[in-house]
Amino acid sequence: MSIRYVIRRILFLFLVIWVAATIIFFIPRLSTRNPVRQRLAELARTGGFAPGDIETMVASYNQKFGLDKPLLEQYFDYIGGLAQGDLGVSLHKYPRTVIELIMDAIPWTLALLLVTTILSFIIGNLLGAVAAWPRAPGWLRTFATPFVLLQGIPPVLMGVLLLFFIAFRLKALPLGSAYSTGVIPNWSLSFALDLLAHQILPALALILGSVGGWVLSMRGMGVTIHGEDYVNFAEHKGLGPTTIFRDYYLRNTLLPQVTGLVLALTTVVTSGIVVEQIFALPGIGTTLNQAIQNNDFLTIYGIVLFITIAVATLMVAVEFIYPLLDPRVRHT
Amino acid sequence: MATLAVSQPQIRQPGQVALFFRYLRRNKSLAVGLVILLGLCIFTVYGMLTADLSNAYPLSVKSKQPPSLEYPLGTDFFGRDLYPAMVVGLWQTALIGIVAGGLGTVIGVFLGFIAGYFGGPLDSGIKGICSVLIPIPAFLIQVVIAGSLDKRDVTIFTMAFVVLLLAWMVPTLVIRAQVLTMKERQFVSVAKLSGVGDLGIIFGEMMPNLIPFIVASFVAATFSAVFASFYLAVLGLGPLREPLLGNTIWAAQTQSAFFNGWWWWPMGPAIALVLILGSLALIIMGLDEISNPRVRKKE
Repeated sequence: MSIRYVIRRILFLFLVIWVAATIIFFIPRLSTRNPVRQRLAELARTGGFAPGDIETMVASYNQKFGLDKPLLEQYFDYIGGLAQGDLGVSLHKYPRTVIELIMDAIPWTLALLLVTTILSFIIGNLLGAVAAWPRAPGWLRTFATPFVLLQGIPPVLMGVLLLFFIAFRLKALPLGSAYSTGVIPNWSLSFALDLLAHQILPALALILGSVGGWVLSMRGMGVTIHGEDYVNFAEHKGLGPTTIFRDYYLRNTLLPQVTGLVLALTTVVTSGIVVEQIFALPGIGTTLNQAIQNNDFLTIYGIVLFITIAVATLMVAVEFIYPLLDPRVRHT
Repeated sequence: MATLAVSQPQIRQPGQVALFFRYLRRNKSLAVGLVILLGLCIFTVYGMLTADLSNAYPLSVKSKQPPSLEYPLGTDFFGRDLYPAMVVGLWQTALIGIVAGGLGTVIGVFLGFIAGYFGGPLDSGIKGICSVLIPIPAFLIQVVIAGSLDKRDVTIFTMAFVVLLLAWMVPTLVIRAQVLTMKERQFVSVAKLSGVGDLGIIFGEMMPNLIPFIVASFVAATFSAVFASFYLAVLGLGPLREPLLGNTIWAAQTQSAFFNGWWWWPMGPAIALVLILGSLALIIMGLDEISNPRVRKKE
């Protein structure tokens, strides 16, 4: 991997982030909506102060958030703040910063998405490889088919169905939220179990919703490998089926599947956000949803930008580890 | 061509329709997908002709009624009859999908041909823009756009527009890749040598051969448009007054429908969406078999 390649990819990453930041900055300013005025009007409705004050308050708010400066100056302030990791202040939960809100929520999201993505990647690829493998027992191969059919169903809908059948009808698992109401988070075993019970359905929804895609792409890949000369050679050489399966089938499909994982990152994050909303989990999706409901624009833009940066960075980072997975890949 | 002297009645060619059905028998996923989609269409058309669609809006019927003979799908907390709400929701979902997916494909075909056929700086420009935009999670940008709109102004067509803004990159890249390989094929060179103009080659020679890909990318674009508009609606960014399927699920969720035992409220739209997205996914798989002969099954 040459140093020039690394530099080029990192410059590309900055380009993506800059374009995203610029889109997020300019789109809301094209609209006629004024978030500050709206927020103050909302406060006036609930707090009951005279509308006459609002104009002065809008002016002072605008000054405070720097919204009275010319647009270009605001833009440079914004990009400058971004470079220092400053995503601004929440309009709804002022004076908390957007970064603080994100940091509160991110562990929940990260834990859920990490576990479900890894599990569905492993399960899906194994099932798909088995389905493509002519030596696999028949029942195992048909076992993969229902998962392919699940492939078009988004995890959120899977979540609604699971809520209905498992939580509502069978009453086997709780109907959402992170832990039982009235329980104070602590380090006891019973709380840990409670927490786990609340995470099973969202995790299941995410896994069932994404496993089919892996089965499908892995099966397609496995079919092309079958009949390759090197597989025939390995068979004639007398290698056991387990060795061929592991070292010839799985090994050679790893790289395209990891590429698929990178491409799926955006989908994973998006599904995660919406599933959290359905199950009322306190992650980044719920924070985003609250910000949407409360017209907390600065938080919406902050979260969107944060996720964009995270996803784009991960995409570039995975490219760097390709050579480790496949020695034939050399970045130049 | 006409040198074979076989009298016509001896070789009875099956008609186009018969061939189509014969093909469907082999291509199971395409057949099942089309049947489900057809069923949904019949349900929607039948509903639009028979049901009182004004009951799909709040405060028109008794609220919170479970499914019964009078209300086949029940009624919701706001006093909507969920059966007409489902009919209208299906129609609107289809509308968003077809408008955004169709326009996305048209733009994709246009840009893909320009980039792939003419090449040069235009090609690197279009490809560069696509590759910078693709890593940005389109859905989140759509959240920002939909969030900046005044909620009272949001209609079905604004939804379609928001979805469309980021729905053209994938079709562009798909069509561009196909054009690039097709440009080198012999029949294109022959056409070029015999003096056919660029437009003649594009519309006369290449476009007819790309129809399977264009149809496939139209279905794929429709699928992602339905998907995106559903996700936006689940976050409460849809046109709030309309009984769009995703809106209904969002409304049920904000009123804690399952906690309150109103299970029929989110279930109807959820099943409808499973059927729509599932059938589109099956059709995409089936079309993949046509346009990608590698995975085509042997007869």
